[in-house]
Amino acid sequence: MAAGHAHPLYRAGDSVVHRLPAHVKIVVAFLFVLAVVATPREAFTVFGLQFLLLVAVWVAARVPPGWLATRALVEAPFVVLAVLLPFFADGPRVEWWGMSLSVDGLLAGWNILVKGTLGVLVSVTLAATTPLRDLVSGLSRLRVPSMVCVIATLMLRYLEVIAAEARRMRLARISRGHDPRFVWQLGATVRSVGALFLRSYERGERVHLAMLSRGYTGAMPAFTTTSASTATWSLALVPAVAAALLAVSGYWAW
Amino acid sequence: MEPTDLVAMHMSDGIVNAPTSIVFGVVAVLGLAVCVARARRDLDDRTAPMAGLVAAFVFAVQMLNFPILPGVSGHLLGGALCAILVGPYVGAICVSIVLLLQALLFADGGLSALGTNITNMALIGTFVGYGVAVAMRRIALRSRGGLVATAFVAAWVNTVVASLGFVLEYAIGGQGLALGTVVALMTGFHALIGIGEGVITALTVGAVASVRPDLVYLTRSATPTLQFKEARA
Repeated sequence: MAAGHAHPLYRAGDSVVHRLPAHVKIVVAFLFVLAVVATPREAFTVFGLQFLLLVAVWVAARVPPGWLATRALVEAPFVVLAVLLPFFADGPRVEWWGMSLSVDGLLAGWNILVKGTLGVLVSVTLAATTPLRDLVSGLSRLRVPSMVCVIATLMLRYLEVIAAEARRMRLARISRGHDPRFVWQLGATVRSVGALFLRSYERGERVHLAMLSRGYTGAMPAFTTTSASTATWSLALVPAVAAALLAVSGYWAW
Repeated sequence: MEPTDLVAMHMSDGIVNAPTSIVFGVVAVLGLAVCVARARRDLDDRTAPMAGLVAAFVFAVQMLNFPILPGVSGHLLGGALCAILVGPYVGAICVSIVLLLQALLFADGGLSALGTNITNMALIGTFVGYGVAVAMRRIALRSRGGLVATAFVAAWVNTVVASLGFVLEYAIGGQGLALGTVVALMTGFHALIGIGEGVITALTVGAVASVRPDLVYLTRSATPTLQFKEARA
């Protein structure tokens, strides 16, 4: 998190999507994902059309799809569940390559896979077009309590510091020959987790004192937020509303 | 960094249906509202920076993988750890903020699953862990070993019960698996993960208690503020 407080998924730009106020983007992203989740799982074309909507957003944001795809790989762990489902679910079964698979399980696995993938792509799109500070000010505009916003701001500001501290401690352990393979070899790792907590908390105490000595009274300076006009809202809501209509059409077709 | 991370408990989108996601979103918002109101007793606005650093710690610790077996690694959820170190209300807020920002910034955990994730890991995880810790408080106050044992049990129970939260949500709004299979898979798996979570939580709490016992929320009121001792000639 260097001077500009960028985060790993942010891609600087000056497109329509980048310029939208953060709170609008957060709301639209949530609505879009909900629409995807509400789509019936057999409505295969609807998922394709929803994906095309996302592609349209990427074109408007001038974010290359390949760049997004590599960053969407975080979804890997839950693919495990999707792959397991056809083997463990009940109901009628089909033979495929000598394996007996449950039809219901296949559909359920597909359901998780497609919705999870679209969901990750929406999150990555939001993260790619919204800088950190805008995100927290967007949350404060959505009436998230100020205490939560203050904690979130400070967390984001010091995350990289604490993470770097954890990395240094890990390097120090490895350079002293630490190579844990089993759960009972955790001693050194765990002692550094304890040390990391102490260092984080004591850093917090120092930061707090430094803030107090600079006149901090408990209120953060108000977040500068841009309000959104009705026109902005209606433009931004287009993808979400379209996704919702597609979801509804999925119920009609099936 | 590490080969596989099978232990991610962050639910993605599509595991439970839309109405269930919304219901648990409401549960999460209400639960957090209570936490924010109650956290003011432990934490006034002026000391919020400390909570920010605790949240950063949780985030960093969740990035730290630990080995379970060769090739399989897990990461800490930190619910019980936070509850014991900073109290259940501040702890739940810190874990929720971590989950919120992981979903918004790192696409880790689906946006529609945020309510279920916060309910499982931040609310159930923290409060069940803390409940166990409070129930065992007399043991925890007796000795360092007692505190470490309490932390282990709290973290293990917290992990298993949080996975039952998932089972509940799946029973309401999931599809595909018979409930018995889900219960067996999830509790069996998390009973194992809970051991890792328990060991790390226990040893971390022990390490903190040996250096700064005043920072352990669970035993804080029992910590003597200042001891006077006779000087010996």
